[in-house]
Amino acid sequence: MLKLLTSLSIAALVSLASLGSAQAAGDAVELKSVDWKHGGIFGTYDRASAQRGLQVYREVCAGCHGLGLVAFRTLSDLGFSEEEIKAIAAESEYQDGPDGDGEMFDRPGKPSDSFPSPFPNEQAARASNGGAYPPDLSLMSKARPNGDDYLYSLLTGYEDAPADFNLAEGMAYNAYFPGHQIAMPSPLSADAVEYSDGTPATVDQMAKDVTVFLAWAAEPKLEQRKSIGLRVILFLLILAGVFYAVKRKVWSDVH
Amino acid sequence: MTTTTPEEENGVKRRDFLYIAAGGLGAVGTAAAIWPFISQMNPSADVLALSTTEVDLDGIETGSEVTVVWQGKPVFVRHRTEEDIERAEDVDLADLPDPQPDSERVINPEWLIMVGICTHLGCVPLKGQGDFGGWFCPCHGSHYDTSGRIRKGPAPANLVIPPYEFLNDSNIKIG
Amino acid sequence: MSFEPKNPAVKWLEDRLPITGMLHHALYEYPTPKNLSYWWTFGSLAGVMLVVQIVTGIVLAMHYTPHVDLAFTSVEHIMRDVNYGWLIRYMHANGASMFFIVVYLHIFRGLYYGSYKAPRELLWWLGLVIFLLMMATAFMGYVLPWGQMSFWGATVITNLFSAIPVVGDSIVTWLWGGFAVDNPTLNRFFSLHYLLPFVIVGIVILHIWALHTNGSNNPTGLDLKSKQDSIPFHPYYTVKDLYGLAIFLIFFSAFLFFAPNYLGHPDNYIPANPLVTPAHIVPEWYFLPFYAILRAVPDKLGGVMLMFGAIAVLFALPWLDKSRIRSARFRPIYKQLFWVFVADCILLTYIGGKPPEGAFIIWGRIATIYYFVHILILLPLVGLFEKPKPLPASISEDVLSKKPASEEAANA
Repeated sequence: MLKLLTSLSIAALVSLASLGSAQAAGDAVELKSVDWKHGGIFGTYDRASAQRGLQVYREVCAGCHGLGLVAFRTLSDLGFSEEEIKAIAAESEYQDGPDGDGEMFDRPGKPSDSFPSPFPNEQAARASNGGAYPPDLSLMSKARPNGDDYLYSLLTGYEDAPADFNLAEGMAYNAYFPGHQIAMPSPLSADAVEYSDGTPATVDQMAKDVTVFLAWAAEPKLEQRKSIGLRVILFLLILAGVFYAVKRKVWSDVH
Repeated sequence: MTTTTPEEENGVKRRDFLYIAAGGLGAVGTAAAIWPFISQMNPSADVLALSTTEVDLDGIETGSEVTVVWQGKPVFVRHRTEEDIERAEDVDLADLPDPQPDSERVINPEWLIMVGICTHLGCVPLKGQGDFGGWFCPCHGSHYDTSGRIRKGPAPANLVIPPYEFLNDSNIKIG
Repeated sequence: MSFEPKNPAVKWLEDRLPITGMLHHALYEYPTPKNLSYWWTFGSLAGVMLVVQIVTGIVLAMHYTPHVDLAFTSVEHIMRDVNYGWLIRYMHANGASMFFIVVYLHIFRGLYYGSYKAPRELLWWLGLVIFLLMMATAFMGYVLPWGQMSFWGATVITNLFSAIPVVGDSIVTWLWGGFAVDNPTLNRFFSLHYLLPFVIVGIVILHIWALHTNGSNNPTGLDLKSKQDSIPFHPYYTVKDLYGLAIFLIFFSAFLFFAPNYLGHPDNYIPANPLVTPAHIVPEWYFLPFYAILRAVPDKLGGVMLMFGAIAVLFALPWLDKSRIRSARFRPIYKQLFWVFVADCILLTYIGGKPPEGAFIIWGRIATIYYFVHILILLPLVGLFEKPKPLPASISEDVLSKKPASEEAANA
């Protein structure tokens, strides 16, 4: 019976593993692998990196990409104070109303607002971007296989197209984008932002920082999930041990 | 495992201890697992974040009243007349079911701000009706005066004053 | 049978509605073969998973909005704002996979030990009905988050019905409530997704009723012959199942807390877009074998029929299998064929997740053919020609004959 159990569980594991790789194998290019601090069983988000990533997002990405599912108030997760969050929120304008006269009006953002979308709708976004639609980034890190490595690879993957590659007008060549033709021009260049903590703003650094920020944006409960998970599994191990002992006791008069 | 009689006693004890430990752990685990399912019914983070409302007092003329929404509830913002204020202050507290001087219910006597929900069973009282020049709840006939205090009818308490502050002369923040 | 409550309140109830006696009989004194292995745990685990799915599902429905404009954001609202919403939603999403894992193991256990044979044919049928209802429920549940895979999964699966001659297109329009998968589709799927689990509960009750009518099968496949062969369900199997549950929950938790999106698909974190199909559409893993069979046939109607046929033939299993011996332990040839069949199903799962190109097509066809050959040809033939090993006289004898060996192992 043990043989049956092991062989079946091995079979199940093999099939599960193949599933993962089946999904990852969308494109033949292998992504650059980064050892993210938020990976692994104990991983937590690198706060400093995520804060810098927010700066990169706001100064570089936000011109075209929204972050509509992330509320300013949740930035407290990354260590921003209430005052800082209010200041960040207030830099965006929001339409509100109607007021007493039935008119809509603009007001500065509040912590309860979400990050604004740069375009009012998809058509407007396409019209301003040569037909391409810059997607919302709220879930990007979970919406691509191996999303964190993918985002980092993509942001650092701009290069000159090979001579035999037929690049369409207005497109850029990217080693990691499916099909290699991407409508987004290389967004990062050295010192595109100035970090207040003195970290040198290399393309590599900015790509990493914004990836960490977007990973948090997509999965803000990751730390809570892992810490609860560890306690749950520890508890279940003890529970299983005690139940096993009870089972042995109860069954001792059967065998 | 070597002696005879004490070992048997030990065996019984160990058995009981095991059962109690298993039952206890199972109960603790079940309770812990139930908690998220209870907690999820509490207000979510986005609801909690919307817990303040700002009101612009400009344009609310003396004697008129607006209703704003705070935490999903109606809040009456009443710009009281001199007469309203006098009536509210000129009351023998001993006559009140829920004694409270008007001065405790306002920051600036001109402005009465209170949650517009009858303390009886949650209906919204009508303004300018009832025997005391204030509000009247049509559901079960509670009368409130110009300070929003219960005067007659089944409601047990005065209309609730929400926490609020004057941001400046013409703006208040509720919550 | 001989339940006589001492507590006067219980007695009062029992005289009017014998429900405590029924439960007492089902969960306490139910005579169970004493030799059940851990493979028999998966039935109760499936019951636990059904409860987990219903409880988490009811809670999710409190926060979810079944509308094409709001469904996706309402799920994210659950993930981000609702207290423990992320936990409950991941529990439900991974719970579906866990439910299928235990049910598949439960089904394969039945296949190995011949649990579908007389007098348990109806028990087997009820189990298959539960399986079909689970698939319908899981499919409609997957549509609800309204991501790209939700939308295109719904489109592809509902389009299966367009293969039906003459009325196919009308049926698909009827299923959709429109001319494409849209808000009416989402609303009816939500309604049915909420309903079907309770239908499953009803069938589960019948399944257990049928089980308790003839009693559990066991690793020897022998019937209970004397009192020595059985033990009461409680405490022996309650405690054994509880231990199995604890181990299973560790496995569940590993996915739930440390790889909650591993069994899902990244495309479902992209909001549904009716104008753009993802490059590579795959169903959830538990549908992959059937998806592979569907794609193995280069004909629309044929593929659909073969896919439904793959489950339909399981209903005929009790009559296709000609062997009078239940357990594969005493059937040397069937035992090997069983493992080939398991491997074939795993291969189908693997193929189902791969793009339909090159060698995958060939292997998909071979695996599909073998699936049907095994059930329709090999199973009846083996039953006729196989020479079974000698059976023990009774369950007790079988247990006793093993005892010295296991004790030696324990002492070593």
